[in-house]
Amino acid sequence: MADVTLRKVVKRYDEVEAVRGIDLDIADHEFVVLVGPSGCGKSTTLRMIAGLEDISDGDIMIGGDVVNDVPPKDRDIAMVFQNYALYPHMTVAENMSFGLRLKRYPKAEIKSRVDEAARMLDIVELVDRKPKQLSGGQRQRVAMGRAIVRNPKVFLFDEPLSNLDAKLRVQMRIEIKKVHQKVRTTTVYVTHDQVEAMTLADRVVVMNHGRIEQIGTPNELYHKPATKFVASFIGSPAMNFIPCRLEDLAGKLHVRLTDRVVFPLPPARAARYQGVPRTDKLLLGLRPEHITEAKPHSEPGIETFDTVLDVTEPMGMETLIYFTMEGTQVCGRVNPNAGAHDGGPLRLAVDLNNMHLLNEVTGVVL
Amino acid sequence: MTTVTIDKAGPTRKAKYGSMSRDRTWALRWSYFFLVIFAIFSLTPPIYMLITSLKSSAEISAATNPWWVFHPTLENYVGLLTSNQFLRFFWNSAIVSIFVVTITMLISVPAAFALARMRFWGSTVLATGVFLTYLIPETLLFIPLFKMFAVIGDWTGVQLINRWYVLLILYPTLTVPFCTWIMIGYFASIPKELDEAAIIDGASWFQTLTRIFIPVAFPGIIAATIFAFTVSWAQFLYPLVFTTSTDQLVMPVGIITTLIKGDVFNWGQIMTGALLGAAPPLIIYAFLMDYYIAGLTAGATKG
Repeated sequence: MADVTLRKVVKRYDEVEAVRGIDLDIADHEFVVLVGPSGCGKSTTLRMIAGLEDISDGDIMIGGDVVNDVPPKDRDIAMVFQNYALYPHMTVAENMSFGLRLKRYPKAEIKSRVDEAARMLDIVELVDRKPKQLSGGQRQRVAMGRAIVRNPKVFLFDEPLSNLDAKLRVQMRIEIKKVHQKVRTTTVYVTHDQVEAMTLADRVVVMNHGRIEQIGTPNELYHKPATKFVASFIGSPAMNFIPCRLEDLAGKLHVRLTDRVVFPLPPARAARYQGVPRTDKLLLGLRPEHITEAKPHSEPGIETFDTVLDVTEPMGMETLIYFTMEGTQVCGRVNPNAGAHDGGPLRLAVDLNNMHLLNEVTGVVL
Repeated sequence: MTTVTIDKAGPTRKAKYGSMSRDRTWALRWSYFFLVIFAIFSLTPPIYMLITSLKSSAEISAATNPWWVFHPTLENYVGLLTSNQFLRFFWNSAIVSIFVVTITMLISVPAAFALARMRFWGSTVLATGVFLTYLIPETLLFIPLFKMFAVIGDWTGVQLINRWYVLLILYPTLTVPFCTWIMIGYFASIPKELDEAAIIDGASWFQTLTRIFIPVAFPGIIAATIFAFTVSWAQFLYPLVFTTSTDQLVMPVGIITTLIKGDVFNWGQIMTGALLGAAPPLIIYAFLMDYYIAGLTAGATKG
C-alpha cells in the first residue's frame, strides 16, 4: 500500500503533448478515478504510472520513491486492462499465479493466495478453466484476481468495464467497489463514463486536453464545478447553459435570460456575483432537476415562468422536458403528474439557490 | 432468363441441397471441376513415379504401356534401402534438415519477437529488409557465396566447401528471413496488452517470449518449422554446388549424381529414391496440416 504522487508530469509524442503537466496527490487506500473524453490523456497518465510509457518531464512517486526510471515490474503495481489481457494458454489459476510464479513464491503461498482471491471474486469453480471458456464478466473477475493475488502497492484499472454490456457493467462496478473495501489498496481507475467515476471514486479527477480540469469528491464536482467543461461532463442529463446578463433593477441584482424573462437573485447569490461586470457575456448554469414544475406556494430563490415545451420524455419516475430559450435547448425534470406533454404549455420553476454563473468566454464558473 | 434457370434447377436439386442458393451450387460445381483438374495435374507425376519404381529396368526400356506394371517387382526398393550410399544421403538430409530447422527457429523466433514488439530505432526498416532478403533468388547468390567460402577457406584454413555442414550456414539464408517474416506477422496479431500484462506481472522480455508468446503463437511456429523443413529437405542448387564427394551429399543431389552414370539413367531407382525422399515431408504435413493452415492464414491476414 502506498500513496502516489504526480509532479508536473508531461507526455510528449513528437510534437503533440498528450499530457501537459499534471499534479496529483493520491493518498494511501484512496480510490481515484481519472475521467474525461477520449484523447484527454487519462489512459496515458495511467500508463505512465504503470511504467508502460516513459514520462517526458516531471516526476512520478509511488510510496515516496521517484519511479521515473523504474521498470514496471519493480514498481509493485498491478493493472487490469480493458480487454482483460488474460494469457489464453493458461488456466484461470495459472493466469492469476503467473506473477507470483515468476517471483518464485513458495507453492503453498501461491495456492492460498489464489484460493483467497478466487473466493473473494466468486470464481472458485472456474480456476481450472481456460479464458476462452469464460464469459466477459468472468474474464474481468479473473483479471482482477490476477491483480489481487500480487498484493501490490497500487491497482491500476484501464477502462475495465467498457467491454461489458450495460447490466453487467453495473454489477461489476459494485463488485469492484466491494473488492476495494476489502483490500483497501490504493487504486487509480480510468474511465470515460462519468457515472462509473461518480459511483466508484473517493475523488474524481476530470481531465480534458491533457490537463486536469478539477479534482474533487463526486459531490463537489457535481455541486461545485469549477469550469463549464466539468459542469457539462458530470451529470446526466447534462447541465443547461442559458446565455444571460446581470442587471441592477430597483437596487437588486437580477439575471436576465430573455427580454421577458428576468429573475431576481437570492441574497446569497447576489452578494457573490456583485463584482461581476454587468456587460460580461454570461451563462446561467442550471441542472435539469432545478428546473421543475411550479408549485402553488412560493419559496425563496425559486422563480417561476411560463414556457411551451418542445418534447417530453417520460422516464417513469420523472418526465424530462425540453424547451427552447433564446435558441438554446433547455432540459428540465418534472413530476410525471405535472401535465407536461409534447408541444404543450407549462409553468416552470427554477431554483436559483442552486444556480451557477459562468463566464461565457473563459468557461470559468464564477 | 430467370424462368430458364428455375426450370433447369428442378425440384430434386432443391430437396438435395436444402436452402443453399443456386449461385453457391454453381460455385461449388466449378470449384470441384477445377479441383479435379488440379488433382490430376499434381497427382500424375507421383503416380507415374510409383508405377515406374515397381518395374524392372528391362520392363522400363521395353516398348510396353508405360502406365501399367506387367511384372511388379520391389528390386528397386530393396536395391536402394540396402545401399549404404543411399542411406548415407538420407541420413545427411535428415541431419541437415533437423539442424537447419533448429538453427532457423532459434534465430527467427527471437528476431521476430524483437522486430514485432521491442520498438527500437530502425526496427520497421529492418523488418522490411528481412523480407526483401528472402526475395533474392539463390541462383543469384550461389556464385558469390562460393567465392566467399573459398576466400574464407584460403584465409583461415577452415575448409567449408564440400562439407555437409556448409549447408547449415547456407540454408538459413533462405529459411530465416521467411520464417522471421511469418513470425512477425503472427506476433503482431497478439494483443499488445498481453505483453504489457506480462511485463507488469514481472516477466522479463525473455520470459515474455518463452512463457507467453511462444505458447500463444505455437501454430505460427509450427507453420514456420514446416516451411524451414521443406526448404532444407528439398533444396537442390546449394548442395549441388557446394558438396561433391558422395559421402557429403544430401538426397536430392545424391540421387542425381549417383544414379545417372553418363548417359545411363537408372530410372527405376531414380523414381524410387524420389518417392522415398518425398515421404518425410508428406508425413510431417499430414500430422501438422491443421496447424500449418492456421499459421499461414494468421500470418496472412494480420501481418
